[in-house]
Amino acid sequence: MKSAVIVFPGSNCDRDLAVAFEQASGTRAQMVWHKETALPQGLDIIGIPGGFSFGDYLRCGAIAARSPICQAVVDFARRGGMVLGICNGFQVLTETGLLPGVLMRNAGIKFVCKDVDLQVETADSPFTSAYARGQVIRVPVAHHDGNYVAPPELVARLRAEDRVAFSYRDNPNGSTADIAGVLSENRRVLGMMPHPERRADPALGGTDGAGLFRSLADALATA
Amino acid sequence: MKARVTVTLKTGVLDPQGEAIRHALGALGFDDVEGVRQGKLIELDLADTDPAAAEARVTEMCEKLLANTVIENYSVEVI
Repeated sequence: MKSAVIVFPGSNCDRDLAVAFEQASGTRAQMVWHKETALPQGLDIIGIPGGFSFGDYLRCGAIAARSPICQAVVDFARRGGMVLGICNGFQVLTETGLLPGVLMRNAGIKFVCKDVDLQVETADSPFTSAYARGQVIRVPVAHHDGNYVAPPELVARLRAEDRVAFSYRDNPNGSTADIAGVLSENRRVLGMMPHPERRADPALGGTDGAGLFRSLADALATA
Repeated sequence: MKARVTVTLKTGVLDPQGEAIRHALGALGFDDVEGVRQGKLIELDLADTDPAAAEARVTEMCEKLLANTVIENYSVEVI
């Protein structure tokens, strides 16, 4: 599994994500600065990390989504490449148009930083195959703009196509239909607000998030 | 030439910041405010000298970056 993590000014979960990729696959993730215009050759998966890229100016993820490397990420995804966006990375993916919907200010206005229970809504994806559908995992959220807003017809479509990857048991931010993570149409791009990479090592307080990275390593080992 | 872009949330999109402002206004005695919507004002200095060309250019900027048209409306004023 050859992975890369994109680093923007203001990213702060890039190293955590790289460690999670490395622990699952045994291969070191390559760090790619946002000013690059091309990705390393032969990548299997690109991670877009959490943080506050470009200070959340204009809209969260908006400036990052228009940075030089993001055009290469979009092209990679359109060719069937796998992309994982966590927290700010999810915001970036919606801003590029790779994932539908928008992440807006939390309904309760406050920044929310706590552990939440997530329900795995589908095991049918390269990100969630190590979990069982309906399984509940506990991972942290830490965001100010995690309120996933989607019109009813989009929610119906996501449900019909089994593209809701995770939902909140106790909605912390007002997200439509409790949605915490969504898959692209080809199921190879996942965006989610909670942080599985922060709960992927016993030293970090638990391994509930490790299944996501194990799923990826399995999917890419057999590919 | 200058242009002024106003970005506002579409009707029906929840605006928690607007709601917070309404509550704060109520606490100050302005309890006759029935709704608040917060938006953004972006001012641009342009090299263009033709107003029609400038407006077309700024509209393109809005579509590509300045507004997220999934949830936001924008208006362009060339001044």
